[in-house]
Amino acid sequence: MLMFRKLIIVLVTILISGFNANAGSDGELIIKKNQPAEIKDCFETVNRATFAFNQALDGAIFKPISSAYRVLPSPVKSGVSNSLENLSNLVTIPNNVLQGEFKKAGINSGRFVINTTVGILGFINVAEYLGFPEYEKEDYGQSLATMGVSPGCYLVLPVLGPSTVRDTTASVANFIGGDAWYNVTVNNDTQYFSDFDYYASRITSGVDFRAKNFDAIENLEQNSIDFYASVKSLYLQDRQQKILNTNKVIETQNDSDWEEIETQ
Amino acid sequence: MNFKKILIIIFLFNSIFTKSFSLEPSIFVQSTVNRASDILSKNIIKEEKINQLKIIAKETVDIKGVGFYSLGSARKNLNDNQKERYSKLFEDYFLKSFSSRLAEYTNPQIEVINKEVLNKNYTIVNSLLVATENRPEVKIDWRIYTKNPDNPLIRDLIIEGLSLARTQKEEFSSILNSNDGDINALFETLKEFSKN
Repeated sequence: MLMFRKLIIVLVTILISGFNANAGSDGELIIKKNQPAEIKDCFETVNRATFAFNQALDGAIFKPISSAYRVLPSPVKSGVSNSLENLSNLVTIPNNVLQGEFKKAGINSGRFVINTTVGILGFINVAEYLGFPEYEKEDYGQSLATMGVSPGCYLVLPVLGPSTVRDTTASVANFIGGDAWYNVTVNNDTQYFSDFDYYASRITSGVDFRAKNFDAIENLEQNSIDFYASVKSLYLQDRQQKILNTNKVIETQNDSDWEEIETQ
Repeated sequence: MNFKKILIIIFLFNSIFTKSFSLEPSIFVQSTVNRASDILSKNIIKEEKINQLKIIAKETVDIKGVGFYSLGSARKNLNDNQKERYSKLFEDYFLKSFSSRLAEYTNPQIEVINKEVLNKNYTIVNSLLVATENRPEVKIDWRIYTKNPDNPLIRDLIIEGLSLARTQKEEFSSILNSNDGDINALFETLKEFSKN
């Protein structure tokens, strides 16, 4: 209960400090606030140093592990991936509620129950076979964004990678009651789970992401003239898409720049 | 009378000619992908694949347009000489970067699934890169410049909602910002990339 109170206080504080006076939260305003070009890189020197540290860490640990992980049989990899996605429902569902998406909260709750039970701890995505709509992951940063909170400056976190001030601040909610998986593993002393389960799931999640994007990351690194700037751009574009829950590029791109280019 | 006949023949020829060469953007994308895929599945050395991919890129991508888009507002400050120099450097950079990226794939299977006409100048063609053992299915959208319908050109690839042209634009902007907006610094970086 104390944790829940803390969570509410933090969320309210972030909301008050982050809201602009007009607090408009329609689609256009959200697009504008989250345009990658609009997000300042206030801590660029520190960010670049952290980025270099993360790259070294990746080369020494994540890349070799991901490389080995990739040779595992496909059913094992997709099973692990499904289990991790299933766990993420525990953060997605409260955020569906915070964003007023009650129907999605219901669907995701059903998805979680079915996949955890019939799908053997999420290993098999039974809900997908049953025709559930495509899963969209949500987090506390996305909820704040949909409420009109600006992203603030771009940040690169050690180990965890790219983020923004808003998203980093919002992620505190996970550790003060907003993530049921953290609550039953680290926060509370239960007989069934331990701290190890939580940290193992987080590390596996990182390895799974790195393995899925192995070739793309290598390719990008080799063919970029400023790898830091490329990663920043891709991350911020991805966040913008996730906040709007859209894959439609025309909803997020400003076409006026293209319209100026005449070559025919 | 003869003159009238000639005019009619010219008119008919012209309309048939125009129609047969006006390329539907989704067909243009599928045929471009098929051409690239054929090269990638050939049993030839990587360098040869890269050379053949460069020829396709020159024919199907609006390299000059992508180059000026990537410069952002900095393009407004260039004089004609700088514009010419930039276009040359960008073409070398683009062809190297684009073909090296593609050459890593072996026989990629891409299926065109839909299209959306944005306006008379742009159509977005939606496609799917079929999943393999090591990689999940990938959504790829193509921004096709259709101002001249007889000669559609690719202006952007949007992979899972992430625009490559936009990423490149922000990369160039970062280089300009860290060099106090000096365009020569960008020229040098492009030259270095193409040389290596």
